Amino acid sequence: MRNVFVYCEVNEDGVIADVSLELLSKGRKLAAALGLKLEALVIGSDVKELEKTLYPYGVDVIHYANDKRLFPFSTLPHAAITAKLFEQEKPEIVLFGATSVGRDLAPRVASKLTAGLTADCTSLEIGDHEDVKTGKKYERLLYQIRPAFGGNIIATIVNPETRPQMATVREGVMKKEIFDADYKGIIKNIDVTEFVNDTDFICEIIDRHIEAQKVNIKGAQIIVSGGYGVGSRENFKLLYDLAELIGGEVGATRAAVDGGFTEHERQIGQTGVTVRPKLYIACGISGSVQHRAGMDQSSKIISINTDKDAPLNAIADYVIVGSLHEVLPKMVKYYKQHSK
Amino acid sequence: MFKIIVLVKQVPDTRNVGKDAMKADGTVNRAALPAIFNPEDLNALEMAIQMKDRIKDAEITVVSMGPGRAAEIIRESLYRGADKGYLISDMKFAGADTLATSYTLSMALRKLEPYNVVICGRQAIDGDTAQVGPQTAEKLSLPQITYAETLEAIDTESVTVKRRLERGVETVKSPLPCLITVHSSAAPCRPRNAKRTLRFKRALTPSELQASSTDYSAMLESCSYLRIREWSAGDLQAEPQRLGLSGSPTKVKKIENVVLAHKDAKMLTAADADVESVVVELMGEHII
Repeated sequence: MRNVFVYCEVNEDGVIADVSLELLSKGRKLAAALGLKLEALVIGSDVKELEKTLYPYGVDVIHYANDKRLFPFSTLPHAAITAKLFEQEKPEIVLFGATSVGRDLAPRVASKLTAGLTADCTSLEIGDHEDVKTGKKYERLLYQIRPAFGGNIIATIVNPETRPQMATVREGVMKKEIFDADYKGIIKNIDVTEFVNDTDFICEIIDRHIEAQKVNIKGAQIIVSGGYGVGSRENFKLLYDLAELIGGEVGATRAAVDGGFTEHERQIGQTGVTVRPKLYIACGISGSVQHRAGMDQSSKIISINTDKDAPLNAIADYVIVGSLHEVLPKMVKYYKQHSK
Repeated sequence: MFKIIVLVKQVPDTRNVGKDAMKADGTVNRAALPAIFNPEDLNALEMAIQMKDRIKDAEITVVSMGPGRAAEIIRESLYRGADKGYLISDMKFAGADTLATSYTLSMALRKLEPYNVVICGRQAIDGDTAQVGPQTAEKLSLPQITYAETLEAIDTESVTVKRRLERGVETVKSPLPCLITVHSSAAPCRPRNAKRTLRFKRALTPSELQASSTDYSAMLESCSYLRIREWSAGDLQAEPQRLGLSGSPTKVKKIENVVLAHKDAKMLTAADADVESVVVELMGEHII
């Protein structure tokens, strides 16, 4: 009762998605800070290596709903199971991936439970709170921290009165960390027929085309990333040239993706992926809070910008004030010259 | 008649934030941000108009929750293809989080029953939460289809929609009524129609009518289509404790202006010597 729960997503290969393992890693720390257990909710069909995958993250209890009809994800049955289980178990905290699935499911469950939910958190902490109006004190709440209002501010959100405290977090924001390779928990099977009705299956999935992830910027050690300042899809080629040469991947800001310069799966930031490469070469990126939230843990940052006062320059190790049309080809040239 | 309801929101244009968007005390200077039609709500309106094009005997009702000036986007919807508008406005709604907002909208939708489908944008750019659509659906026990990209088929019994997911697409068929949230990759909204713009130019809410220096009341009397209805908390028969700040389980504990911790960056130019020095340094450290 009153534990920390993570809704674990099952991906196309029938295994637990990375984002859920990241959340379990964070959930383990939150549970430890609160002296609670960590529980996982898995809804799917014949999930592979379930226990072997989850226990090392410090999972004490796996709640498992296993039914052919539960994969692929469909809102109503998953929401029915999740809400009913939470009504029984009364979690203190629940975390969901801010994915197509999590962002569809979590709000529906929060509404059903009349619970507070914060989307796309970039940080989660435990702390106390005092209501300024009533003077009422609350201990050890979940601080749900996220950029807000177009990234001009960072807001800390709390849910003082309602439980569970719910949050969604994007893939890559939390670090995936094994807690104890020999950790053992228990598995509790959910009686699916008791939790869902036939009427929960009224929406029919007619067709699905899920592509394997082509781009793996999350795992890349070097990222050459472009913002709106790159100007066009053609100009992005300069970034690809350098990335290919030095063994990196190409990333982009939301503005560059919205501008059609490159694919959405390369988007870095609060609404894209979070990366921690050894080297981040930012080209024509002014550096909104949302973008920085996705890359500010890079070990080294080079900012190439014609504007010497671009906000991103403040967190850069090297600032090259100049046009990327000039700088990128020169980097290519000198890399080739010195690697001989 | 097939009834389509579109939920729309007027939002500050957070995408074009200028330097004066933040006040000296670190709070948001809303006055410096233009108010616009939430972009994905325009995609939603387009999908509604496409439904009307196919079903023919259909009516589009636009509902917006917001302050008085949100009537602007209701009129904009009328110019582009909507038939009717409702403004849900009350000081009691102030400070609503997504749960209180979805409760308020669901009470308005209950008053508009029966309807066949509810459509809204996936998310609003001032919050980017994407929560109000699913939460409104839950409150009304409607099935939901999120991230809709293409309307594949529609009849009076069901709708088939292609959804945009992170790594692919999915086609879903749902019985009606249901709630659909529309993704930015869906068709952009058609522009204003000249005839409609003339027809609805004087569409006004009761508050606007009162505030207007010209007396349009006789005109609105004879042309009822020019009336934008306005509903308050009382009209919705909503429970007061579920509205606005008191109906919001999430509370803002702290707002911080974004302050950058300055690193001591090496400042360089595009000169050959400078670029070469960076490359050599990185190669020396085996980073590249």
